[in-house]
Amino acid sequence: MIFTYPKNILERYRVFIPLFLVPVWLVLYCNLSALTAFIVYSLCHLPTESRFTDSIFFFLYEVPKVLLLLVLIVYCVGIIRSYFSPERTRKILGNRKLLPGNILASILGIVTPFCSCSAIPLFLGFIESGIPLGVTFSFLIAAPMINEVALVLLFGLFGWQTALLYMSTGLFIAIISGYLIGKLRLERYVEPWVFEITLGNTEILQEKRPFQERLEYAYDTVKEIVGKVWAYIILGIAVGTGIHGYVPANFMSSIMGGSSWWSVPLAVLIGVPMYSNAAGIVPVIQALLEKGASLGTVLAFMMSVIGLSLPETIILKKVLKTQLIIIFIIIVATGITLVGYLFNLIY
Amino acid sequence: MITIKILGSGCANCTNPAQLCKDVTEENQISAEIVKVTDYKDIMSYGIMSTPGLVINEKVVHSGKLPTKSTLTHMIMNFLAISGE
Repeated sequence: MIFTYPKNILERYRVFIPLFLVPVWLVLYCNLSALTAFIVYSLCHLPTESRFTDSIFFFLYEVPKVLLLLVLIVYCVGIIRSYFSPERTRKILGNRKLLPGNILASILGIVTPFCSCSAIPLFLGFIESGIPLGVTFSFLIAAPMINEVALVLLFGLFGWQTALLYMSTGLFIAIISGYLIGKLRLERYVEPWVFEITLGNTEILQEKRPFQERLEYAYDTVKEIVGKVWAYIILGIAVGTGIHGYVPANFMSSIMGGSSWWSVPLAVLIGVPMYSNAAGIVPVIQALLEKGASLGTVLAFMMSVIGLSLPETIILKKVLKTQLIIIFIIIVATGITLVGYLFNLIY
Repeated sequence: MITIKILGSGCANCTNPAQLCKDVTEENQISAEIVKVTDYKDIMSYGIMSTPGLVINEKVVHSGKLPTKSTLTHMIMNFLAISGE
């Protein structure tokens, strides 16, 4: 590391404050239901057994629950991510063969910090160091598709099974799609200038970071992500609340239920051009599920919205020819559709 | 006089640091020229893979996620202290 950051004592220990807040978090989270009941029934004297009270309770309970989970998970993910820079990931992935490479790349896609505007430098860096195209794609598919905010929301609203399903099938799609793209030998559809890039030699910065710097990084991540999505979450849960109480329960089952074969591909077709962040889409999903849409269809819809995003595809257009982009979309969309069918079969 | 280069394709994540650098250097009365590098070939030649990248006098001092203002101030001040400019 070239630079150290001198800081005064107070600033230095400020980063440990979140660690002391963990017990507070636990107390709050474990007593949330009782706390909400106290506010709704004792403080506000709302009548029990009314649809309106139910909705208010639902809202007042879900919002803090999801936000609490979000803060904790994003903080932990932040700490984990501080250990994985794209430069380091590139080093790990160098010289990997196709299938093991795809598996590793997909997992690293979850933990490496990544924003879609970094997609191009990352792509160029990977290709330059000889990482196969298919392995690079596994990374690029997994990184947006398996999103920590979506994971938190699924966990908070539907339980750990759904969250785990989402993560494992997301990984599976990333691995298989990347593997296929690698097997199809599509290098000719990459813009030729990509292969002429040479990466300058820079010593990797921040190789040894003190732990408090990681905590600071995690804190910044929380501030950034939660700051960006909290409004969507509240809005989404509010929409969910409205539907929860007032839309007939089987409203969606005719369109998105498991019985019709075309529901999954239709959900994917609608989802691919849509672009939303994970926080915005999950409450919609909750509403759909509650009203009779089947899990596979809804999961497929969600994955196609957050995993295949138009802005990212347009960015990739700078390095990929249209043919490859189309193949990429078709392969990933097919994978998502199959996952959707699979879940509809299981549930 | 130092030259600060911001490497990035020009999305909000990369334009903000440019402004931040301007603020920091002005506040600390450092004479600096701030250049935005948006061409991928040039960006890659610095050996970074996450944008925005921060380069002072051709030395990469940071890559990835926008640093906060105080961190950025430390980086620039540190650079000046070490290089003795």
